[in-house]
Amino acid sequence: MSTLARPRGRRLAGLYGRNTRAVLERGFKVIKNQNWVVMLSGFFEPVFYLLAMGLGLGGLVGSVPGPGGHPIAYTAYIAPALLAASAMNGAVYDSTWNVFFKLRFAKIYHAMLQTSLGPMDIALGEITMALFRGLLYAVGFMVVMLVMGLVTSRWAVLMIPVAVLIALGFASLGMAVTSFLKSFQQMDIVALTLLPMFLFSSTLFPISVFPAAIQWLVMALPLWHGIELMRDLAVGHLAPATAWHALYFVVLSVLGIWFTAVRLRALFLR
Amino acid sequence: MTSRATASTDGVVASGTQAVIRAVGLTKVYGRVRAVDGVSFEIAHGESFGLLGPNGAGKSTTMRIIGGTLQRTGGVMTVAGLDPAESGPEVRAHLGVVPQEDNLDEELSVRDNLIMYGRYFGLPYAYLRPKADELLEFAQLAEWAKAKVGDLSGGMKRRLTIARSLVNEPQVLLLDEPTTGLDPQARHVLWDRLFRLKEAGVTLVVTTHFMDEAEQLCDRLVVMDHGRIMAEGTPRELIRGYSTREVLEVRFGAEHNAVAAERLADVGSRLEVLPDRLLIYADDGDAALRQVAARGLSPITSLVRRSSLEDVFLRLTGRSLID
Repeated sequence: MSTLARPRGRRLAGLYGRNTRAVLERGFKVIKNQNWVVMLSGFFEPVFYLLAMGLGLGGLVGSVPGPGGHPIAYTAYIAPALLAASAMNGAVYDSTWNVFFKLRFAKIYHAMLQTSLGPMDIALGEITMALFRGLLYAVGFMVVMLVMGLVTSRWAVLMIPVAVLIALGFASLGMAVTSFLKSFQQMDIVALTLLPMFLFSSTLFPISVFPAAIQWLVMALPLWHGIELMRDLAVGHLAPATAWHALYFVVLSVLGIWFTAVRLRALFLR
Repeated sequence: MTSRATASTDGVVASGTQAVIRAVGLTKVYGRVRAVDGVSFEIAHGESFGLLGPNGAGKSTTMRIIGGTLQRTGGVMTVAGLDPAESGPEVRAHLGVVPQEDNLDEELSVRDNLIMYGRYFGLPYAYLRPKADELLEFAQLAEWAKAKVGDLSGGMKRRLTIARSLVNEPQVLLLDEPTTGLDPQARHVLWDRLFRLKEAGVTLVVTTHFMDEAEQLCDRLVVMDHGRIMAEGTPRELIRGYSTREVLEVRFGAEHNAVAAERLADVGSRLEVLPDRLLIYADDGDAALRQVAARGLSPITSLVRRSSLEDVFLRLTGRSLID
């Protein structure tokens, strides 16, 4: 069929209407009409963790070895990790549950695809909305960290763009994964992979407690890199490893976007 | 089958008029199911064209291929000279789509549904604000501008969906079962709106399984079944070609219909046995009824009516439209 012979530019013309902006406008309009409490829930989750674990457990633990082996307070140890984890959770929620719901039930994308928009506009728009939400939560959490005296370095300001980068990696990957999902039950598989990643990626304790094999597994997964990167920035401990962690997420994002682009038809034009 | 469909474009599509939509040998295969199986048709500018057929005939699939939101398996499809599979967004800029199921944005107000939809076409707010008000007026929804979509009745939602499809002033309006699920009053309001659009020169492509709707709205139509075109023509041509002028409907009660049918086989030009009644096709229905009486049969009820598209469909496919 003609699909095979079609030159690259034409193929894009069928998928992209160059109007991602309209998808964003809709997103912001809905946020404006929406109950702010819904938005805030994503902000409070890491804050509650920080208070419960940091203040509660931190009182028992005292200080732990931080980046470069320097001892830091337990609360300061877990705060950057919670920021990374919340960037992950928010992005995955937006790109899986939210996209799936709009696809199957609210039929928002069906309506969009009756217009000059293409699936590419929608994917870019939805990923951008997920990043915006991630940015809001990151700024909010940074304020909490400042107030609690957990920010000790100027480099910490980079934690905000890094939170957005982490969100980009997970959102682009999440959207590609959504293209394979057929039912809400399958969403549980997504949740089932996220929870252990959250618990074991040095979020609440260092991975040195694990046997070497498990350590390697954790270090292959994205969240660990996000957490280590955040932790380095929080205390201003910049090492070559810091750059590697950042590079991991740049590569993950590029792959995720490519993967999503490949799966666009399967995702939206089913 | 295909060749007939293409061949008949002569007299029906006015000569010299450029076809807005053209399908040649259109095919869509899902696994082993041929949902659309070699369908060809042309739709002229300003024409009102119907795709008639039962559920699963391939009507909606054809509509989605026209809009470029479904990839065809084979054949040629052009809309305003463009291939929707390659230039979906560009093709849809000329189209207004009314899908089978309403997909209004429940998170936006009635008026914002129109404005935001226009933004998806890249239209400026300066154009969209007055346009939204004009369309609300057209859809008789002006008082509901600020309401939530969820508060509208089924008929109102349908009118809003149609209003929304007009926001980009489309050349072609694709209506997929526009009045399914509406009460008679709401249907008539809707038909009236569609007539006005037709008068304004908008090309209408309507799928339906209601023959009265097809007769009301369509200049020309194709009858589809199992992904194929069974016949094509104006409603009158189809009735003339595939049915008699009149139909006599007689009921003898469920158990007696079959027995009566045997004794009436040669009355009229054709006999159709339905579960609840017999249809006797004859140019003179009253004469046929007299023949029935002359054979000593007295039906519980009898009715002489003009032939409709339903009869055409029954003839072509051996089953009624809604099944």
